[in-house]
Amino acid sequence: MKALHDTRHMTVRHLMALWRQPWWIAVSLVQPVIWLLLFGALFKSVTDIPGFGSTNYIQFLAPGVVVMTAFFGAGWAGMPVIEDIDRGVIDRFLVSPVRRSSLISGRLASWSLTTAIQSLIIVVLALIVGATFANSVVGVVILIIEAILVGAAFGCLSIGLALLIRKEETLIAAVQFLVLPLSFMSVTFMQKDLMPSWMQTASDFNPLNWAVEAGRGAVTAGPDWGAIAGKTGLLVAFLCVCAFFAMRAFRTYQRAV
Amino acid sequence: MSAANAIEAVDLRKAYGEDVQALDGLTFSVPAGTVFGLLGPNGAGKSTTVKILTTLAHPDGGSAKVAGYDILDQPAQVRESIGVVSQAGGLDREATGRENLRLQGQVFGMGGRELEQRIDELLEQFRLDDAGKRLVREYSGGMQRRLDVAQGLVHRPKVLFLDEPTTGLDPEVRAEMWDEISRLAGAGLTVLLTTHYLEEADQLAAQLAIVDKGRVVAEGTPDGLKRELRGDAIHVELGSESADEAAVREALARVEGLDQIIYDENRALHARAEDGARTVPAVLAALDGADLEVAAVTVARPSLDDVYLRFAGRTFGEAESVDDRRRTGDEKKEAVR
Repeated sequence: MKALHDTRHMTVRHLMALWRQPWWIAVSLVQPVIWLLLFGALFKSVTDIPGFGSTNYIQFLAPGVVVMTAFFGAGWAGMPVIEDIDRGVIDRFLVSPVRRSSLISGRLASWSLTTAIQSLIIVVLALIVGATFANSVVGVVILIIEAILVGAAFGCLSIGLALLIRKEETLIAAVQFLVLPLSFMSVTFMQKDLMPSWMQTASDFNPLNWAVEAGRGAVTAGPDWGAIAGKTGLLVAFLCVCAFFAMRAFRTYQRAV
Repeated sequence: MSAANAIEAVDLRKAYGEDVQALDGLTFSVPAGTVFGLLGPNGAGKSTTVKILTTLAHPDGGSAKVAGYDILDQPAQVRESIGVVSQAGGLDREATGRENLRLQGQVFGMGGRELEQRIDELLEQFRLDDAGKRLVREYSGGMQRRLDVAQGLVHRPKVLFLDEPTTGLDPEVRAEMWDEISRLAGAGLTVLLTTHYLEEADQLAAQLAIVDKGRVVAEGTPDGLKRELRGDAIHVELGSESADEAAVREALARVEGLDQIIYDENRALHARAEDGARTVPAVLAALDGADLEVAAVTVARPSLDDVYLRFAGRTFGEAESVDDRRRTGDEKKEAVR
């Protein structure tokens, strides 16, 4: 109960900060818009490649952009944690009766809400530029859930790293090192059958890819619900591992104080 | 442990890495309901002591009780009983003053009207009524510090830790903070104050412990510590390069009534005398007779600086500069903030 209470209070803190800087959501939408409009137009003709399957590249790309935006954003989840460390906010909470877990879950809760809003906006933008989403509301809801799951998992990872390295520059480097390779080793931009075979194998172990496959499947006609549930299960398991890592990082942080 | 002690620390030890022995067997106790000062230069181990007593850091050895609870076995109860104002403060700059206080109360299980009333009370007490709705980012340094202290008090703790509460403040604002802190004393609250300002310890602390290199070197009331020194402080700066310690000591051996002679690396001589004014001519004559040139001489009533010199074997200023150089980059960053 105490953990839930504390999570709620921490969530309110982060949402208030977001509420005061609503333009931040707009800034975070610049990238997905570029992916959708420029990248989508640039690679319009890849659908002509035999075996690509889909006939509309925007249609193919849109669910990937939704998931990828959540993933990119989550990478930076550790930055405000470093600021909290520098300003003594984390230490203040550590000497209070607050539940340690709420310091992470509060961030995840507010982060998830932000992701949901962002995802909805991207879906609307995609609809405007000509994408369609099959399976109506259910499909889109599942797509957003996949985005939230992958965002929460990598958010935990970023928070854990922040607690371990406690330096913004190092965190930025670590995140950059992870983000692009994982993005390209996924079906975000390219049909799986057309990827080199080693990359296909690698993508099977890529949590971002699980989310894109499940999310895209959910908004494609004739979805394979079994496969989607399987990928979602894997994502949940990955999220648990990342959350455990973040909690351990808290302990390591405290030992270093 | 005696029931009358709010804090009891026994033989605390803590090392950071292999080089820095932050605490080297620190022992002291704080009677309930008093303001207790831990005085020492930067790097003496004061902040480490606060981190251990507030359950943030783990000691390598030793034990301590705060508000009757063991810091190692009952950390949850300790946290319920204490308020902490760290050097960094710990305010959320992107939230208002009121929101900061509210969140602090909420994590201690407070809420509703009771909490809002408590917040009103504290904002008024710390003259922040008008600022409560503004973002902390817009506060002046003094206002932030007052909010820091208010934050430590929201849940009515039994023991309040103030780690360097006036470091970085203008002299004027510092005097204001002193007023606030002295008003906190009484009403049953125990305050542990760390400071590297001698004047601050003198003003605020009923009892104090002087800390040097991770150990308590002297303990008592500020007046008692000064009285213990008996007599006046005589400081002589020697001009001649050839003035080595042996020569100086030999010259002074014949001077009557001179006590506790310390000769430091800056060719400064510190000593005590029952009657300073009467002893100085004899000191000067003795030095002159030994061909030791005198650059300056002062006589003063005992200050806490003299107490520090007596027990730590170096002046406060010296200790600060030496320990500053020894400290790691991280701690320096801390001090700058």
